Amino acid sequence: MAGVDEKNLALLDEPPVIGPGQTFDSVTDTITDVVLKRPIGLGWLAGLAVGMSLLGLLGVAVTYLFLRGVGIWGIEIPVGWGFAIINFVWWIGIGHAGTLISAILLLFKQTWRNSINRFAEAMTLFAVACAGMFPLLHMGRPWLGYWMFPYPNSMGVWPQFRSPLVWDVFAVSTYATISAVFWFVGLVPDFATMREGATNPFARKVYGMLSLGWRGSARHWTRYEALYILLAGISTPLVLSVHTVVSFDFAIAIVPGWHTTIFPPYFVAGAIYSGFAMVLVLAIPIRKYYGLEDMITMRHLQNSAKIMLATGLIVGYGYFFEAFIGLYSGSTYERFMLHNRWFGPYAAFYWALILLNLLVPQVLWWPKVRSSTSWLFGISLVVLVGMWLERFIIIVTSLSRDFLPSSWGHYVPTRWDWATYAGTIGLFTAAIFIFIRIVPAISIFEMRMLLPQSEVKE
Amino acid sequence: MSHAVTAPSIFGLMAEFETPTDLVRACKAAYAEGYRDMDAYSPFPIEAASEAIGFHKSAVPLITLIGGILGGTSGFALQYWINVIAYPLNIGGKPYNSWPAFIVPTFEMTILFAGLVGMFGMFALNGLPRPYHPVFHVEQFSKVTRDRFFLCVEATDPKFDLTGTQQFMERLKPLSIAEVPH
Repeated sequence: MAGVDEKNLALLDEPPVIGPGQTFDSVTDTITDVVLKRPIGLGWLAGLAVGMSLLGLLGVAVTYLFLRGVGIWGIEIPVGWGFAIINFVWWIGIGHAGTLISAILLLFKQTWRNSINRFAEAMTLFAVACAGMFPLLHMGRPWLGYWMFPYPNSMGVWPQFRSPLVWDVFAVSTYATISAVFWFVGLVPDFATMREGATNPFARKVYGMLSLGWRGSARHWTRYEALYILLAGISTPLVLSVHTVVSFDFAIAIVPGWHTTIFPPYFVAGAIYSGFAMVLVLAIPIRKYYGLEDMITMRHLQNSAKIMLATGLIVGYGYFFEAFIGLYSGSTYERFMLHNRWFGPYAAFYWALILLNLLVPQVLWWPKVRSSTSWLFGISLVVLVGMWLERFIIIVTSLSRDFLPSSWGHYVPTRWDWATYAGTIGLFTAAIFIFIRIVPAISIFEMRMLLPQSEVKE
Repeated sequence: MSHAVTAPSIFGLMAEFETPTDLVRACKAAYAEGYRDMDAYSPFPIEAASEAIGFHKSAVPLITLIGGILGGTSGFALQYWINVIAYPLNIGGKPYNSWPAFIVPTFEMTILFAGLVGMFGMFALNGLPRPYHPVFHVEQFSKVTRDRFFLCVEATDPKFDLTGTQQFMERLKPLSIAEVPH
């Protein structure tokens, strides 16, 4: 490679967090105009239409499910979990990147996060909403979902607190609540900006109410900042606990391939891996379409790619150790589980998983790939599919062939499984498209803090 | 107009500044001048400004801590009561109080309560939601959510005097000075 090229690459490696020449005014306008000024475009309508159609499909699938029961799905003993739990784990994992960006990177003072935390948190909320639907639908009688919570009832029974499934109820509902709190608290000062910027009297009223009458008082800001840091501090162990508890759903069972101690870190890393892939899938088109390249710069995309590379390697380590323990344990069932994954009826999915999740993302080592939006977009899609396959392999191969060959089975999803899955993708897409048009997609007050003008010179 | 008549009829005097540095300088000057009932307003948090007006510590961390302790103890107590007192089940000879299994919900309840109590506590201490506030009467104040910085000395301050305070503010070289009606 020529010297000039190398120099260019070195420059490309650290682009600024925020484009040059921005002022308080321009930052505010660039972000609020997307909501307040920009006319509704064809691209946005088309995206919303796709989301809404799939959401309609979800309505059909869920209605039919309520009429007929879970028998319309492909689940059959021994594979009782199937798509519902695969998709639950997949969606909740995607949510994790949002909290990582908003909380963990805040604690580490990674200021580049300021321009992507808002929509990453929105992504978390919508992903958790999609995730939460699956266990509920999977129960067969979703209208009795409140039975999962401990409340005094005439039956005189209580939930079984020794079960990871009950822990999951607590972990996921806390996660959803705290994510919403974090998101709303972050939005309050920006709602005040929207209130002052809105020309439509109705919008002004709504933003005014949502802003709670925020007036930027120094005393308020001090308490606000204290809470913001505290929320980041409590969200950090929370987000790590959520996927850990999800992995307990598996690891505490004795099924071969599930009963391993590597699961919690391996699940958390996988969650962040798929979450950052989703962040890139959303950020790349949004910044292009809405002209936000000065706010979400190449630096953000590159950093996200690096995090994907790192977490992808941790996931790879997990695959390696699953294989190693399978061989090293000396347990017949563990060894068979491995053989079954590699050469059994679902072997094609396993090898596709290794290809998509482990091998293809290695191209991220090249700086050129990390600074190409089309490459990053493509790799992120590959990772999302790969992480979905990982959950499929974990759940289906282990359940379909466990200890006794006489009780083995084979799982094939039905069209209703696919319809429900596609439906939640529609719910997610529609929610993201609506979010972009009614809420500032980038945290305005935190972007102001990134400007050199915001510094107090003594 | 005499001081006694005008002072209670307005909320205070507000000076507008262009940069955070000007704001902090003005806050320090006002504090040194002896003003205490005042507030700085800015489009983003400026720690130095709240330090300068004499606001150092907030109760938010303490409230959040109390919320967390409350959540954790009630979470564990609930599980203990259910498993030991209300609905004891012998499962594989495990002790009724199998506390390691109760840690996860206890932890989650700690976080849940800390977060919720922290949020509601922060808003309550700030007196929010409060849709109406006198400062909103000042026309240029709408820029506080964009690019302007304000210092408002309130009429309740014992040192407040309409002409005197206005003269003091003029020395700070603000972009504008406005009376804030109630």
